[in-house]
Amino acid sequence: MIAQILFILVLAAGIFLFARRIREIRRNIGLGRSEERSDQAGKRLKVMTLVALGQSKMVTRPVAGLMHILIYVGFIIINIEVLEILIDGVTGHHRIFASMGMGSLYDVLIASFEVLAAGVLLACVVFLIRRNLMNIRRFHAAEMTSWPKSDANIILVVEILLMFAFLSMNATDSILQDRVAEMQENNEPVSEALSHYIDAGSFPVSDAFFRPMFEGIESNATLMNVERFMWWFHIVGILAFLVYVPYSKHFHIFMAFPNTWYSKLDAIGKASNLKSVTNEVKLMLDPNADPFAAPAPDPNADPIKFGAKDVQDLSWKQLFDAYTCTECGRCTSVCPANQTGKLLSPRKIMMDTRDRLEEAGEDLDESGNVKTDGKTLLRDYISEEELWACTTCNACVDACPVNIDPVSIIIDLRRHLIMEESKSPESITAMFNNVENNGAPWAFPAADRGKWAEEMEA
Amino acid sequence: MAEKIQVPTMAQMAASGEVPEILFWVGCAGSFDDRAKKITKAIVRILHHCGVKYAVLGAEESCTGDPAKRAGNEFLYQMQAMQNIQVLNGYEIKKIVTGCPHCFNIMKNEYPELGGTYEVVHHTQLINDLMKEGRLQVKDGGSFKGKRITFHDPCYLGRANDVYEAPRKALEQLDSELVEMKRCKSKGLCCGAGGAQMFKEAEPGNKEVNVERTEDALEVSPNVIATGCPFCNTMMTDGVKNFEKESEIEVKDVAELIAEAADLI
Ligand code: SF4
Ligand code: SF4
Repeated sequence: MIAQILFILVLAAGIFLFARRIREIRRNIGLGRSEERSDQAGKRLKVMTLVALGQSKMVTRPVAGLMHILIYVGFIIINIEVLEILIDGVTGHHRIFASMGMGSLYDVLIASFEVLAAGVLLACVVFLIRRNLMNIRRFHAAEMTSWPKSDANIILVVEILLMFAFLSMNATDSILQDRVAEMQENNEPVSEALSHYIDAGSFPVSDAFFRPMFEGIESNATLMNVERFMWWFHIVGILAFLVYVPYSKHFHIFMAFPNTWYSKLDAIGKASNLKSVTNEVKLMLDPNADPFAAPAPDPNADPIKFGAKDVQDLSWKQLFDAYTCTECGRCTSVCPANQTGKLLSPRKIMMDTRDRLEEAGEDLDESGNVKTDGKTLLRDYISEEELWACTTCNACVDACPVNIDPVSIIIDLRRHLIMEESKSPESITAMFNNVENNGAPWAFPAADRGKWAEEMEA
Repeated sequence: MAEKIQVPTMAQMAASGEVPEILFWVGCAGSFDDRAKKITKAIVRILHHCGVKYAVLGAEESCTGDPAKRAGNEFLYQMQAMQNIQVLNGYEIKKIVTGCPHCFNIMKNEYPELGGTYEVVHHTQLINDLMKEGRLQVKDGGSFKGKRITFHDPCYLGRANDVYEAPRKALEQLDSELVEMKRCKSKGLCCGAGGAQMFKEAEPGNKEVNVERTEDALEVSPNVIATGCPFCNTMMTDGVKNFEKESEIEVKDVAELIAEAADLI
């Protein structure tokens, strides 16, 4: 009974902390501008199924891609086991699914969890080695400072520990099951506590590799304590993981789904047209426009701003992208600017956006306003030099396994620089002047535009 | 062989009550840049040879606004776009072919919301269509027979708009050996010119992007680097010069290669 109450308290605390963090993230994302991304449900479902569920963009790098799929499938399927553990914990049962008349299906389930757990364990060890011992450039870039590096390692170590606990729990359970069965055969009395260990499940992995570690324990009471310890360690670990994940790059395990659902469905090359600019340009070009005929501006509407200086000038989807980013660096590793030693890294653009948004959120908590710290995404996080290195080639967008679009943020920050601050490299200003005056980015007279045709010499 | 061609303008066509099949949007580089003008002329020779009823806007054409937009000047871009759309809609243009992937992308994807909806094709798509229809033929692969050719995908044609096959199909007609760089199609590396980089100095780094890309090309030891974009052409030409390979490797647009092989230049 005490164990049940304790369990319910721990579970409630885990869910509460998780829910509080999700609310905070939702509120932060809500700071962004509106953007329509809810049309064409059928197409969105297809993209989500392919990219998030099917991980179609992961397998372009086969080694990491396949191991990632292993961890992912393991994660999803082992959740069925977690469900059983949760019900057991609340109701005080042991392996409740087995007593629900699943028959040999239960054996198959448990056996497959075991195989998956072993796979996850292995993949996590390989990932740890890849990340820390092998010289893979994308894991050691400038933006991979101590926190992002430890974040990645923490998760891998925790996953290894969880799988270790899970398999140890099964191994001790398996021993106890055998001992109880033997006692029953010999008509020896079985204590109430021991009688929980009914014959249930099949344990191919833990029997082979973990059982030998525990078989030496003679006392059933000690063995039960070990089994309980592993059970508690595993489930509390999972709840801790749940609370930790939304503070971490691992939040992508949830965010990948909605983020790909809300993907841009147009051609990759299409950049947004700013509506606020369209309205002004139409007025400017219309000789009959009567400036007084325009409806009075809505006093409650935000003042029109062009481009983005800080996170709340970005759209909610761009902020959503930031919380989805897994910091994998696939974008940066294909970025032409980054590969040629420029300061720009599209991964850093996403990490900066998230960091600044988190900071703005804290500011909002403390003072009810996001502006009090005087910091902005532009300059305090992302420098002009980074912005001007982008060729808008969209390689980063193509490479991102969860359909994040760093280029749109780069363009929006450039828009602010140009349209709000009139700040651009000199040669860019000259190019603007040429386009405006000559209708071409170079200083040739517009009237000469057709001249080449006169040179269609024989 | 080459003949003097009168390039019809829309104004002339409209004056005589004619309607062209397709408008050839030349673009700024194609109009003013000496190297790119050669590509423009190759496209015109192909259109002319195939009897396509086309026209250009001449002095009525103006920058699409792409470099301004990608550099963040949405105002200037939309001013340009609206003026161009006024002209295009005034002539009731339905179909456009262009030699520049940046013009192609912006007119195809970004003009419609501003009131300019056209069927826009890249010149490599048109060339491929003309070949398929049998209107354009290259006899025995022409002068490029047996040469090694590698195609550099322009970002705004390939990744941005998923056009990978048309230029390759056209090049196959040359009966040459088409070799792919290790980074090609959707993984193709940028030449370094996009996003208005063409018009500024590169930011500090340890290499130029076009040099990095030229290395990709040199790895497959081509005789010809084929391009489909006047800016890529400049970048790759400079890259080849950087390695002092200009006597061994030609950088040519798909239109030039086809026109030359078909004896139109
Ligand atoms: S679009 Fe910009 S940031 Fe993305 S890969 Fe290309 S140069 Fe890098
Ligand atoms: S933006 Fe995408 S590709 Fe880049 S680090 Fe984040 S998840 Fe990886």
